[in-house]
Amino acid sequence: MIVEKAPAKLLPIEIEVDSISFTYPSGIQALEDITIHVSSGERVALIGQNGAGKTTLVKHLNGLLKPVSGSVKVGSWDTHDHSVAQMATRVGYVFQNPDDQLFQRTVWDEMMFGPRNLRWSAERAASSVQASLEMVGLEHIKEMHPYDLTFSSRKLLALASVLAMDTQVVIIDEPTTGQDYRGVQQIGSILSELNKQGKTIIGVTHDIDFCAEQFERSILMAGGRVVLDGSTRQVLSQISVIDQAYVEAPQLMRLAEKLGWDFMPLTVEEFIHHLDG
Amino acid sequence: MISLQGVTYSYPGTSSPALRDLSLEIPRGQFCAVIGPNGAGKTTLAYILAGFIPHFYHGSLQGEVNVEGKNAATMPQRELLRLVGLILQNPFNQISGTKVTVQDEIAFGLENLGIPREEMVARVAAAMELVGVSELAERSPLGLSGGQMQRVAIASVLVMQPAILVLDEPTSQLDPVGSREVFQAVREMASSGQMTVIMIEHKVEWVAAFADRAIALVDGALLADGEPRHVLAIDTVWRAGVGQTRYTLAARRLQELGKWQDGKRLPVTLDEATLTFKAFQKRR
Repeated sequence: MIVEKAPAKLLPIEIEVDSISFTYPSGIQALEDITIHVSSGERVALIGQNGAGKTTLVKHLNGLLKPVSGSVKVGSWDTHDHSVAQMATRVGYVFQNPDDQLFQRTVWDEMMFGPRNLRWSAERAASSVQASLEMVGLEHIKEMHPYDLTFSSRKLLALASVLAMDTQVVIIDEPTTGQDYRGVQQIGSILSELNKQGKTIIGVTHDIDFCAEQFERSILMAGGRVVLDGSTRQVLSQISVIDQAYVEAPQLMRLAEKLGWDFMPLTVEEFIHHLDG
Repeated sequence: MISLQGVTYSYPGTSSPALRDLSLEIPRGQFCAVIGPNGAGKTTLAYILAGFIPHFYHGSLQGEVNVEGKNAATMPQRELLRLVGLILQNPFNQISGTKVTVQDEIAFGLENLGIPREEMVARVAAAMELVGVSELAERSPLGLSGGQMQRVAIASVLVMQPAILVLDEPTSQLDPVGSREVFQAVREMASSGQMTVIMIEHKVEWVAAFADRAIALVDGALLADGEPRHVLAIDTVWRAGVGQTRYTLAARRLQELGKWQDGKRLPVTLDEATLTFKAFQKRR
């Protein structure tokens, strides 16, 4: 399958979040002085308890929300100066709830909506849509109504519809919700594949075992602030800090701690290697 | 008490049954988890218990479903709704959208039953407390995060005090601590004999820790039924695509490498894994 390359792919895009704060109109302060830098091609997980500010933060990256103070830059674009439609050419955002995102009458139309808005040629749009559907394994249901799909398939469709726009940055909010074991594995391979293509992946997840296996870097948030930011191993192995943030360490790290190991494994393979090494 | 006898069901316009010849008995006060890959029939089972099937979805239903000793298909739906509370998979679908505050949203079902105001206030407060949303009482239900909405959806069903509580992936939007709290709350309600609980869940570590029983469904049929620790260690359950804890997966990896003692049961929980792998380290 030949996928036409989008121009965005040629230029690496850095994300600079510079001391941003955000307060919702209701008066709830959701983010407080957040500074993070994400390099092109990184795989970053945002973790933390419900209400920690993870979704609020990612909604700043594509300009859906603008910081009350501080700035967010995606490449050279400051989100204050660019519309959400412009930002959408650089940052794709897969919503937590697919039903917030899906509204067309067939899977194919749903998929074509983004590329059409980008004013791509019909050929380029169709080829990108086809490739994205194949990537998530939904190419056989093009004519179906999105609402006739199961929740887990709607999640995959929501992901595919964002992938079809071929943005350099892909944000995926709670990708494993409602997926069964194989579905979770599939999402993992899709993320690996996207990362191989050089895309930047930013995932919001409560599935801490998935986080350990799939993301090289993790940012732990609590109460609208960044508490820890580093390699996933460094972050997750600080079990007491993780516990205080109401997140539980991954199963294999909890096991390693019980076994009295200093080594904190991220994957089953690492665990076995250390056990049996 | 729930009993299913030879239940086979096909959705309208489909030829392949979503549930096949399912027979089950779930005694009062039991916390029964339903596990299985997507498409296995878990949500269909939930709909049957709550009477959505056949009252709302028609299709073809064979066999008999009894809830608290009465036939669910012939019982007036109103009666069934009071007996069985269903928490839907997607909490966004459970919120009425007509209420201004979380508190009113949770009281919605009670209003329709004509419960006296004082009792209503007390029950709403207790339900909010139980799932940890008391501080959201005055907030708009529509402005909540996914996790908060899920808790509100759970409270709106608990407040009805159904004899049978059916939960379809109730912790999908919750953080680990929130998930554990829901499991604990449900565990307590079942243990106190107040409710029979049927919970569809993929989080098998918590299923093993909290549920009395696990039913594994695959392709609409019952594949395994028993204590969660046993069910989750069964090879056919694993091969059918049912999730496993990383502890079990690690043991399976050793098995593949030919380094697992024949016949030794696979660990499912952290405690079992600690014992098993400590012993493994010693042997080496």
